[in-house]
Amino acid sequence: MTLASPGAASQDAASQVAGSERPDTPGAGREPGARATSRGPWVTALRKLLQDRAAVASLAALVLIVLCTLAAPLYATRVSETDPFTSNLSGSVVVDGETVDVIQADTGGLGLGTTPIGPTWTGHYFMGADGQGRDVMARLLYGGQNSLVIAGGATVITLVAAAVVGIVAGFFGGIVDAVLSRLLDVLWAFPVYLLAISLSIVTIGRGLVLGPVTISSSSLLLPIVIIGIIYVPYVARPIRGQVLQLKRSEFVLAATGLGVPRHRILVTDILPNVATTLIVFAPLMMALNMITESALSFLSIGVQSPAASWGTIIEDGQGLLYTRPWVAIAPGIAIVLTVLALNVLGDGVRDALDPKAKLRVRKGR
Amino acid sequence: MRLRTLLTTSALALGFAASAVQAAPDRAELMKQHRGGTLKLNAHGSAGTIDPQINYEAEFWQLLYTTNDGLVTFKKVEGKDSNDVVPDLAEAIPSPQDGGKTYVFKLRPGVKFSTGKDVMPSDVVASLQRVFKVSSPTAGSFFNGIVGADDCLKTPATCTLKDGVIGDDKAGTVTVHLTEPDADFFYKMSAVHASILPADTPAKDLGTTPAAATGPYMIESYNPDRGMKIVRNPYFKQFSADAQPDGYVDGIEYNFGLDDQAGVTAVANGQADWTFDDVPTDRLNELGTKYPKQVHVHTLLAYYYVPMNVNLAPFNNVKARQAVAYAVDRKALVGLFGGPNLASPLCQQLPAGMAGHEDYCPFTQKPGAKWTAPDMAKAKQLIEESGTKGAKITLIGDDKAIPKSIATYMQSLLRELGYDVDLRVVSHNIQFTYIQNTNNKVQISVSDWYQDYPAPSDFLGVLFSCASFHEGSDSSINISGFCDKKIDDDMKKAAATAVTDRAAADKMWAQVDREVTDAAPAAALFQPKRVDFVASRVGNFTYSDQIHFLFSQAWVQ
Repeated sequence: MTLASPGAASQDAASQVAGSERPDTPGAGREPGARATSRGPWVTALRKLLQDRAAVASLAALVLIVLCTLAAPLYATRVSETDPFTSNLSGSVVVDGETVDVIQADTGGLGLGTTPIGPTWTGHYFMGADGQGRDVMARLLYGGQNSLVIAGGATVITLVAAAVVGIVAGFFGGIVDAVLSRLLDVLWAFPVYLLAISLSIVTIGRGLVLGPVTISSSSLLLPIVIIGIIYVPYVARPIRGQVLQLKRSEFVLAATGLGVPRHRILVTDILPNVATTLIVFAPLMMALNMITESALSFLSIGVQSPAASWGTIIEDGQGLLYTRPWVAIAPGIAIVLTVLALNVLGDGVRDALDPKAKLRVRKGR
Repeated sequence: MRLRTLLTTSALALGFAASAVQAAPDRAELMKQHRGGTLKLNAHGSAGTIDPQINYEAEFWQLLYTTNDGLVTFKKVEGKDSNDVVPDLAEAIPSPQDGGKTYVFKLRPGVKFSTGKDVMPSDVVASLQRVFKVSSPTAGSFFNGIVGADDCLKTPATCTLKDGVIGDDKAGTVTVHLTEPDADFFYKMSAVHASILPADTPAKDLGTTPAAATGPYMIESYNPDRGMKIVRNPYFKQFSADAQPDGYVDGIEYNFGLDDQAGVTAVANGQADWTFDDVPTDRLNELGTKYPKQVHVHTLLAYYYVPMNVNLAPFNNVKARQAVAYAVDRKALVGLFGGPNLASPLCQQLPAGMAGHEDYCPFTQKPGAKWTAPDMAKAKQLIEESGTKGAKITLIGDDKAIPKSIATYMQSLLRELGYDVDLRVVSHNIQFTYIQNTNNKVQISVSDWYQDYPAPSDFLGVLFSCASFHEGSDSSINISGFCDKKIDDDMKKAAATAVTDRAAADKMWAQVDREVTDAAPAAALFQPKRVDFVASRVGNFTYSDQIHFLFSQAWVQ
């Protein structure tokens, strides 16, 4: 699985769809109303996931990253003792017993330019300062909070919206399917980044007004909603396809023949099967969303100043590449690590939920 | 004005004769040694049309000053003298007649366009008509004082200026009538928009088609996506070393595409001779230490400032505006621009070096002539007194590196003062017009202003007079919407005095500067300097205050 193309994610996850209706897949193939045993498919999947060392390591890395970002306020007040959202252009800091300016005027040659303090590897300005004299480490932690919240929030929106649209379109078919599918086609017709940038530019000025609800331009909800919406077709399409297959499966036909109400078939037969696909999609979409958020913030149309995200910090560091490259490199590394962990975890989840993968593992042994 | 003009003209004539005697052999010798080669210039992007009467971008004005001429122009020399106006296609600067409302220009004989056609008074008349016909950006501000300009502004297509500009091909003269005396008339006539073009030049934007040239060079080809090629004008014969000196290089290649970082690297590697874009701040130290001999730093008659809308809360309260002016840490902003060797703190509206500038700084810890430090206590006290604490503010910044970093700092500062501040970063391409239009309800923004010509009216009159404020227009350069009748009257008196007594007028402008600064429609931040980085092979780098790097005076061999 790569993040090169959202379509690739869709196809890869969709390939798992075929297996999801098999009886050995979590939630699939159960008789309506049947209860899972203690060694049911979900437990089996979890055990398989825990046997995947790469996935477990990724999960641990993610947990560590989340915990670090949650500690941002503590770090800012107790360790760096700075306000990472306030410019500190004229401030100074004591390093190795010596007081130095946070922004230092260059004195060599013609004396042109100024340079922010570099990494001190101590509590104050551990990773140095950005062009505004703000502590990079503290902003990195706060920025991580925002990046994760946006990526996570957008993923929830994408998955919920995609599940509703995909299930309704696939299950009810007919005119409902035609209308919803065309709506998805319209969204799909736009290159994803072009759509995200366009929506962001339009809404960043005055915020987003949805009836009585107004989301201000500085609210994190704005990038969450925008990113959440743009990826809906990429998940809804495979979900719809899976539901179309499930509709023709024997257990659904049997339930229909027995007169089970449609809403009950949806809840007990369709949704559990679709859930596995959504679970597989979750980490992969979160990785995609994180990259999209970083891109939008890098372009100044995502998280708004003075708040930070890893994308805004990279942008802050863009003008310091020759003198303080760490300002841009540090959030870059954070994004790479997080996205890599999410992708590896996503692959692990897919393998755990995919019976074909189980067969492969057994053959391999 | 009359006495001064006569003296100026006499001095110019004497000076010109003396310099011609002394400098001619040197220049001829230098020309023999260094003539030839191609000057390679670079810019991130092109700057739109190359129509000299329409383009309003510094990037191309620099070039168009070497290809085209007006009746008068700025002296093409290094230093303060570059602010002087000298005769260009006209033989001399004419004496004012009719109380300063009439000027009769006599054209130099024998000057030809690059098409081979002689420059005639009828071309001058047609060119000044064309300024209105093509709706030149400065038609309404620089040339609106010509008799008949009002009609031309209303109906450009039928513009004749028949009572305002009269040419006499036989006598070789052009007479210009003004509606009232204008002390800045020659400055305005020195702008590129006043370039003289052949009478048959189409009355529409030439776009990428080069106009006929009168200078030492002419544009041969122009592709906005790739570059521009400039070659020698085969019909050029140097008619004035002050106005339009012959060029050393045989051609100029202007390439578009490399960004500011790559542009600097190209110059450092000798792949380009100069780059138009500002040197990125993270490269300044490298240039100052590794290539000190190739770096040229010059003070600009310009300033960065924060206009505050005096018609919208919270800045319709003078105490709120003054609080911002007190709170700004100008030293910190100088650091953002590149340090004390690249900018100076400024808290008045006229930059240092501009006529009428007298050091004045009321918004500092020790009010007096110079800024010393921010006074946050005073600023917070004023905010309390104004009753505006907690007000919601949207600050408009632009997405270029320096203005954006200033806006980020200002947001932080305004939050510290107790405001609830959103920063909206707008594309550099539209920010300047966006913040001018009152329909956008801009409360506060970050902007900068570079002189069009070296007169205090170009700052105080243009930026803060009632006449510069146009509600609902993208062209309302008085961004603050400031209109004080008393100060406006003082500006008019200063402008009228300048026609006859420039020194007295400068004193009056200094007083206006203090009045505007006290009212704080804008908080002045700092006065920047320009860094030019040239390749090691470039010799005779000459910097004019008005035009900046004079391409024609550089040599590459």
